Amino acid sequence: MASISLKNLVKKYDDGFPAVNDVSIDIADGEFVILVGPSGCGKSTLLRMIVGLEDITSGDLYIDETRVNDKAPRDRNLAMVFQNYALYPHLTVFENIAFPLRLAKGKFSEDDVQQRVRTAATTLELTDHLDRKPGNLSGGQRQRVAMGRAIVRQADAFLFDEPLSNLDAKLRGQMRAEISQMQRRLGTTSVYVTHDQTEAMTLGDRVAVLKKGELQQIASPRELYEQPVNLFVAGFIGSPSMNFLPATAEGNILKTPIGDIAVPEALATQAASKDIVLLGIRPEYFEDASLVEESKLVHGTVFTAEPSHTEWLGNEQYGYIHFEPAPEVKDLLDGLARDLDADELRPQVVVTLDAASRIRGGRAAELWLDTRRLHVFDPATGENLTRDAAAGAALTEDANRERAEEIERAGREAAEAG
Amino acid sequence: MKKTTAKTRIIWIVITIVVAVYALFPVFSILATSFKEPSDLSNGKLLPTSWSGVNYEQILVGDAQELFLTSLRNSIGITLIATAIAVVLATLCAYAIARLDFPGKKLVLTTALAVSIFPVISIVTPLFNVWRTIGLYDTWLGLIIPYLSLTLPISIWTLAAFFRQIPWELEQAAQVDGATAWQAFRKAIVPLAAPGVFTTAIIAFFIAWNDFVYGISLTSTEAARPVPAALAFFTGASQFESPTGAISAAAIIVTIPVVLLVLGFQRQIVSGLTQGAVKG
Repeated sequence: MASISLKNLVKKYDDGFPAVNDVSIDIADGEFVILVGPSGCGKSTLLRMIVGLEDITSGDLYIDETRVNDKAPRDRNLAMVFQNYALYPHLTVFENIAFPLRLAKGKFSEDDVQQRVRTAATTLELTDHLDRKPGNLSGGQRQRVAMGRAIVRQADAFLFDEPLSNLDAKLRGQMRAEISQMQRRLGTTSVYVTHDQTEAMTLGDRVAVLKKGELQQIASPRELYEQPVNLFVAGFIGSPSMNFLPATAEGNILKTPIGDIAVPEALATQAASKDIVLLGIRPEYFEDASLVEESKLVHGTVFTAEPSHTEWLGNEQYGYIHFEPAPEVKDLLDGLARDLDADELRPQVVVTLDAASRIRGGRAAELWLDTRRLHVFDPATGENLTRDAAAGAALTEDANRERAEEIERAGREAAEAG
Repeated sequence: MKKTTAKTRIIWIVITIVVAVYALFPVFSILATSFKEPSDLSNGKLLPTSWSGVNYEQILVGDAQELFLTSLRNSIGITLIATAIAVVLATLCAYAIARLDFPGKKLVLTTALAVSIFPVISIVTPLFNVWRTIGLYDTWLGLIIPYLSLTLPISIWTLAAFFRQIPWELEQAAQVDGATAWQAFRKAIVPLAAPGVFTTAIIAFFIAWNDFVYGISLTSTEAARPVPAALAFFTGASQFESPTGAISAAAIIVTIPVVLLVLGFQRQIVSGLTQGAVKG
């Protein structure tokens, strides 16, 4: 068990390209931190710097108050699960899991090794496969062996490098749950790299969003979702992603390409501070106006728009409204799309509607928009002008409390069971 | 996978037989010749009229014994030493080329390639002069060095290709698991690289074993003359008899180690051991 602290870490390659740029994160003991971002954002590099497979150009890395910058990977006592598992093909599953124990010569007796490997194998349901070679295992089983190799020794922290990306969707969901429960049960500090939002949101106590080597925001999943610090985080977190509409303020009315929207005063004041702003609206803030209850209707505004088409998914449906953005924001939106790994951000608004809604494409429809949780972004800097830092911090504080409770509960259950 | 029909199977069997006959007929012809008596050599038939071991007797215990056995000893010694040095050097070199980034990496590879395509015959004469001057002419070392120039390039290229196939993560995983760089190399990489090393060793062995040009040009006595060169010095029992029988017998004998090597290491040569290391 250990805390890990990254202080102003920089990784520059020989050509001067900074893959990781001035990243500082404090990871508490027992915390599950996710590093997330589009490809090429430096998340894997950062993880490899922590484990010691990449040199640190500048900055300091501490594990439990000890500076480990110059320590070799084997002296850091961390366990890592690789994306492609990196199992030793010439060894059996048993020997693969026992590998770290055998390397620590003299530290473990043969009985000790046997017992530890069997325990790990039982946890991961690998007992039947101990004598097989990795080549004969399925993807999910190989993944478990890789995890077994990590948990068999008492490592200070687990590092995961996209461990589920090679599994099919169903298995991925199952393994995700298992990793989460295992982490809580063991209470081991974990750092997990992924580009998958679902994994980031469900697994992490805190999620660090990276873009081009720079840390954008680190917070609990809820804070990221509700109080994003800038356009990039707002656009990256959430699926379907947040809609960005260019808007100009006129009193309490925001003029947008899909219609005029009446907004609360605080929001309008922020919007009025710039000539043009980007209004950030999550798809689920929209609703079919005819299905909104009277009591709720007053919290938003109703406007008319014409969706080009709708998609019915059973539990909900998506409507798509196209618009023509002003040229000055078009470049900005295209740039954002590139940052987010999409080819081109279609100038369209995605709205989530109730599955019962009769709104269909090609017909004008009355839409209701919940204006309480909108965000206004500065198009020049991308900064969120309406972020409520205190509310965000409170959300992350909640998450921390929940984590402490879960670890305590897992500990209690383990004590009762064993 | 498509199921092979009876027809395609028959076609394959026919092709296999044709190729096997084409490749093995000369070997069989030499084998048959080696058992012929001197008077029987020009009988125009494939098989000897009566099977006799006189040729083997001649080269192993008879007149040609001195010539053949010393050259056989030379061949085995020189080839094994050259192979061992080539494999060790090539393993280290190829590992560096596959894993490390250093200036001049491309240069090493292209130089190796350039050396291997350089015609042997064109450097034999200069080498002959140099070796005579510095005293390496007609010595084991005088042959081992040129053999290294033949075996090293191909060894480096095959091994580098082989090392590149081994996922680097294995080594990194071993290091994270607590291994030193050397332990990671020895416990994770070497077991996987073994088939590649064996294959390379066998190729290097063949190249050195079969060399004739260096062997005949850079030696003059039994001090260092290898078998392929010595065969040219065989004489018949009298000057009216051709040494064909003795040469055939010697050729059969020098083929034996090669066959044994391939059969012995067949299992190691079959690679595909890396399967299962990473996602398939």
